Amino acid sequence: MSKADTMSQSEGEASVLLVFAHPALERSRANLVLSKVAEEMEAITFHDLYETYPDYVIDVEAEQARLLAHDVIALQFPMYWYSTPALMKEWLDLVWLHGFAYGKGGDKLLGKRLFVACTTGGPAEAYHKRGYNRFTMEEFLRPLEQTAHLCGMTWENPFVVHGAPLKDEKGLAMKAEFYRQRLVSLTQVPKPGRKVKA
Amino acid sequence: MHAQSFLIQALVYLSAGVVSVVAAKRLGLGSVLGYLIAGLIIGPYALSLVGEQADVMKFAEFGVVILLFLIGLEVRPALLWSMRKTIFGLGGAQVLATAFAIAAAATLLGLDWRTALAVGLVLAMSSTAIVLQTLDEKGLRQGAIGRAAFGVLLLQDLSVIPLFALLPLLATHAPVVTGAVQAHGTGSLISSLPAWLQTLAVLAAVATVIGVGRFAVRPMFRFIAQARLREIFTASALLIVVGVAALMQMVGLSAALGAFLAGVVLAESEFRRELETDIEPFRGLLLGLFFITVGAQIDVPLILTQPLLLLGVVLGLMTLKFTVMFSLAKIGGASNRVASAVGVALAQGGEFAFVLLAFTVGAGVIDPKLASLLTAAVAMSMAFTPLTVIAYERIARWLDAHVVAPAIPDPVFEEGEPDIIIAGFGRFGQIAGRMLTANGFRSTVLDSDIEQIELLRRFGRPVHYGDATRLDLLRAAGAEKARMLIVALDDQAKTSELVERARKAFPNIIILARAFDRRHAYDLLANGADAVERETFEASLALGVTALRKLGFRAHRAQRAADFFRRHDRRTFEELRPIWGQTEAYMLASRDAQDTMNKLLAADLERMKPEGADGWETSGRDEDIREEAEREGWESGA
Repeated sequence: MSKADTMSQSEGEASVLLVFAHPALERSRANLVLSKVAEEMEAITFHDLYETYPDYVIDVEAEQARLLAHDVIALQFPMYWYSTPALMKEWLDLVWLHGFAYGKGGDKLLGKRLFVACTTGGPAEAYHKRGYNRFTMEEFLRPLEQTAHLCGMTWENPFVVHGAPLKDEKGLAMKAEFYRQRLVSLTQVPKPGRKVKA
Repeated sequence: MHAQSFLIQALVYLSAGVVSVVAAKRLGLGSVLGYLIAGLIIGPYALSLVGEQADVMKFAEFGVVILLFLIGLEVRPALLWSMRKTIFGLGGAQVLATAFAIAAAATLLGLDWRTALAVGLVLAMSSTAIVLQTLDEKGLRQGAIGRAAFGVLLLQDLSVIPLFALLPLLATHAPVVTGAVQAHGTGSLISSLPAWLQTLAVLAAVATVIGVGRFAVRPMFRFIAQARLREIFTASALLIVVGVAALMQMVGLSAALGAFLAGVVLAESEFRRELETDIEPFRGLLLGLFFITVGAQIDVPLILTQPLLLLGVVLGLMTLKFTVMFSLAKIGGASNRVASAVGVALAQGGEFAFVLLAFTVGAGVIDPKLASLLTAAVAMSMAFTPLTVIAYERIARWLDAHVVAPAIPDPVFEEGEPDIIIAGFGRFGQIAGRMLTANGFRSTVLDSDIEQIELLRRFGRPVHYGDATRLDLLRAAGAEKARMLIVALDDQAKTSELVERARKAFPNIIILARAFDRRHAYDLLANGADAVERETFEASLALGVTALRKLGFRAHRAQRAADFFRRHDRRTFEELRPIWGQTEAYMLASRDAQDTMNKLLAADLERMKPEGADGWETSGRDEDIREEAEREGWESGA
């Protein structure tokens, strides 16, 4: 899907909630650059989990209200042990509740879109059947994809930056620009009936 | 002044002040008594190092004016308004009742009733300077005692104004016009005007002080502050005080009262603190001088010729003033403790008595012999005040320690068997207590602050009055079946005592205690507490987190820094526990604390490296990835 296509398909603005989790952003390079991009976009609500809940005491009601108020839920995080950082998992466990996100009466996220942006330390080559990580990113992100499915959400094509430590400033800047364009496209409402990539 | 040069005079005053005040402080007598003794020693009746006191006295009285200005700065108009009942009720009652009581006593001793009434009115005044200075040194200025005393003193200062008008009416013989009458009775510029014009002038003066204070002083100070002229700021601050004093004298009001008013007007300005710090030293020095001059006026020959009569007058005066003040405070609803403290504090004669006595002699109300006796008596009563306050404190402490019988009956515990007994429900006990209640535990609370209890009761919390160190009360509260005792008293010694006793009496109960500091914490653990919490530790740590965040740390990093520090500190606490016991035996307490602090700081530096190798530290892994990428020929941009 090219950027131009998405633009032309748009029909007005969609509200985007970008939930960001990085426990030590001061030591990060890639996520620092990417989060800055998201933070500076006016159309996006930037929500920093580790900054809001350094003590892990999540305000469930406030978080659910936040989810309800947006059309697109975007998750940005560095991949740790093939999963999200601990606080984002905690956030999912506590906020995406039965009766709210799924199950009986759990239709509050129905029809929203779920988008994942993550960074990995290992290079793209590692995320391959014969690479040292043996599985593809698509496979590693299956739990989140299934989360979207169970909640009746549309699974957006993930945005992945591999080999974060291998990138120089220029490489990171380029990735940041791609990311910005992806986020812009998320703020557009897609045409009804548009085919969604799984 | 004397023929001595100004420098020699200053030398005498200053050295007498420095030596005797330091000595008095060392002996625990307070600075006021030190100054008074210094004055007595250098005065005309002892060493006679200084001569005529009248000039110095006038200069020194300005210290009282500055004192009132500073007090005014602390009293916002709203506070003054809220004190109106104390000022006019308690204050008015004190002046009238004391005056009549003294007058009655004086009549019984054979004085003419008019003279007796004049004496009563003059002696009803107390010494603002001595009372406030003494209360300040004892740290009592702010509480119930300080408020009551201050309210009464304020009304006494107010009543000086009508007294100048009223006292001449009590004349028994033809007035003798003297300097004193000129200075105080007819000294004002407007005394020749008709009464309604005088009233108008007084109102105009008050309005001027308020108006200028409100609208002119702030821009002026702002301008001076911007110009950064430090000494001009001080000079203008003094100028305000002197100006107000002069204006008040012109219309016949008390300068001290005017200064107080000016202070109140400026209490809400942003320059309040600056004014305070700038003027404070003048207050200290001039008040010191004032006390010295009072000391120097104590007529030693008179004391020596009529020692018993004088002593009788002084003791009679102080007993009478104490009794009246104590009774009035009790009627006003004060506790025994507060009423007696206010009574003791206000039992002396005041500095206005000196002025008024001179004035009444001139007006032919009191004859000179009686006046000089009373002057000596007032000066001595002032000198006795610091001593009586010390005596009061001793007695209060003794009562605290020895009188067990509580004024309030033992509580009845009606809420059934509690899970937890909380001893002490102040700032500390409340938080833990509320949290435990919120989590469904039943608690019984004991506290010995009756005001606190009444407040909490109004919010429907079952708090009982009682000294939790009494085992029978704990037993009545259900300590035998309760699972836990939380000791949250704010008294170190009592906490230790209670922990030790409760451990022996109730072997199965879990005892948690609030510790004052590290030393106290070790002490409590050694005496049977199952766990302790140093009362300021968590709060201080939380402030540290806020500090780190304000300095630019991300929230999570600051949080973890505190988490690490807490763990590190608790480990150190455990490690130093055995060492503590050993040093305790042979080291002085201060040395001991310093030694511990050294060990703590060393441990902090060693263990708390700012960037410890904790989670998400990826530099090592990143290095591996880069090496591998080179070997395998991976592309960086993939």
